[in-house]
Amino acid sequence: MATIAAAIVADSPRRVTEEGPWVRGLLLTLALGFMGLFLWLPVSLVFTEALRKGVEFYLAAITEPDALTAIRLTLLASAIAVPLNLIFGLAAAWAIARFDFPGKGLLITLIDLPFAISPVIAGLIYVLMFGAQGWFGSWLAGHDIKIIFAVPGIVLATIFVTFPFVARELIPLMQAQGKDEEEAAILLGAGGWQMFWRVTLPNIRWGLLYGVILCTARGLGEFGAVSVVSGHIRGLTNTLPLHVEILYNEYNGVAAFACASLLTLLALVMLAAKTFVQWRIDHPGNRL
Amino acid sequence: MRHRGVLPGFGPALGFSLAYLCLIVLIPLSATFIKAAGLSWQAFWETTTTPRVLASYRLTFGASLIAALVNAFFGLVVAWVLVRYRFPGKRMVDALVDLPFALPTAVAGITLASLYAPNGWLGSLLAPYGIKVAYTPLGIVVALIFIGLPFVVRTVEPVLQELEQELEEAAASLGASRWQTFYRVLLPAVMPALITGFTMAFARAIGEYGSVIFIAGNMPMVSEITPVLIVGRLEQYDYAGATAIAVVMMVISFILLLVINLFQAWRAHRELRGSV
Repeated sequence: MATIAAAIVADSPRRVTEEGPWVRGLLLTLALGFMGLFLWLPVSLVFTEALRKGVEFYLAAITEPDALTAIRLTLLASAIAVPLNLIFGLAAAWAIARFDFPGKGLLITLIDLPFAISPVIAGLIYVLMFGAQGWFGSWLAGHDIKIIFAVPGIVLATIFVTFPFVARELIPLMQAQGKDEEEAAILLGAGGWQMFWRVTLPNIRWGLLYGVILCTARGLGEFGAVSVVSGHIRGLTNTLPLHVEILYNEYNGVAAFACASLLTLLALVMLAAKTFVQWRIDHPGNRL
Repeated sequence: MRHRGVLPGFGPALGFSLAYLCLIVLIPLSATFIKAAGLSWQAFWETTTTPRVLASYRLTFGASLIAALVNAFFGLVVAWVLVRYRFPGKRMVDALVDLPFALPTAVAGITLASLYAPNGWLGSLLAPYGIKVAYTPLGIVVALIFIGLPFVVRTVEPVLQELEQELEEAAASLGASRWQTFYRVLLPAVMPALITGFTMAFARAIGEYGSVIFIAGNMPMVSEITPVLIVGRLEQYDYAGATAIAVVMMVISFILLLVINLFQAWRAHRELRGSV
């Protein structure tokens, strides 16, 4: 038997669950060609265009005052939106993954809602609420508070588009982990916060970080929603993506790509961080 | 048998979640429907069915559908290659799949527009053949393919990893060719994930704005997508018009998503009964 089996293996050029070399080659070419055309080429173009007029021009483009204000505003919006959505994600996941209550399925669907809504409509809803003609428009004007065409509107729009990310990562993770460890902690006399810091958080930290990375990446790059509420006031309410748009539309392509290259670098850093965290989730045994 | 359990914090956690959800999402979202309800039916109908608006629906949903179909095919191929084959640089390729997700849409927009412009790297190669991509509906499809790329790969990949090779071996030992095995054994197994990925890519494409506006040219009746139309109305302070079109767009995409989800549920149900 063994010799027959060995003869068959030696004779057959490949395993039955593999494709022939031609099909393999074709599939590899298709996949890598598609990725090259749609991913690698655009990234190369960003950096080539950004550096076309030399390093000095590049540095000038990313350090002029309007660009710096835009960078600061972009970071500020994410610095407010991400922690808020992090707290929401933790609270929602705790309620959904640890307790039973009616309407749970509906709540999960509603949390995903911002994914299904165009960013432009996300901006529009805040204009309808807080704009000059909006529900609270005259009240806000009376108290001299500006939300639309000002920083608070940009923060709100960023919160909306990044709303589901942390909750979406944590809910399935915490459901899969179960509540035994936490119940044990409570039964052994731990307080609620003690249990949270000592048991829950260490268990979910990588999933949490993963959600935060997705949330930050989306927040830093949001364009449509922010564009609707910002009013594009240079040096005041322009985020970095909006600044890129203005430069590009002014035919200042090299400066636009210089600022775009900063965002691309951030995106690549986010991807690296995400890959690392994913690896930690897949290899839970290895301790740092 | 179920006891409320010993774990603390249910009330505050649920209370905060609901309050935050209402404040950030539900109340502002309801504003659109209330605003649209303020219009008379005739005004609503006239605003949302002018030829220009109808053309934008056709373009938005048509281009999104084509892009999602292209992504379904190439996404499956990319996922297959990433799961089954070994090649140098595989880890990097795998990480790069998520780039469209991490890259700001405005950056994607100006980059694709420059690539496919008549004097761009790719545009100049295509121009001699009379193929125009930038500033045409084709450019919109290209941008939407870019945006939707990760969805199919990331939903199909885990399913392919979980597939048991015994099934394929059984099919092969029963005399199925590799193609038959793929078509009869593998494809049905990945189909639910493929449809889910397709739906996500489709839904994302319908609402997309940032990456499209630079490459589209935004010509009324030709290359103007619905979100651009909404922004145009807003810039003219026509809030009622913008809201009416937004409501139509949301309703159409909710219905589409609902139909696809119901179809998925029906399929899963049928498959379950078929196997018993």
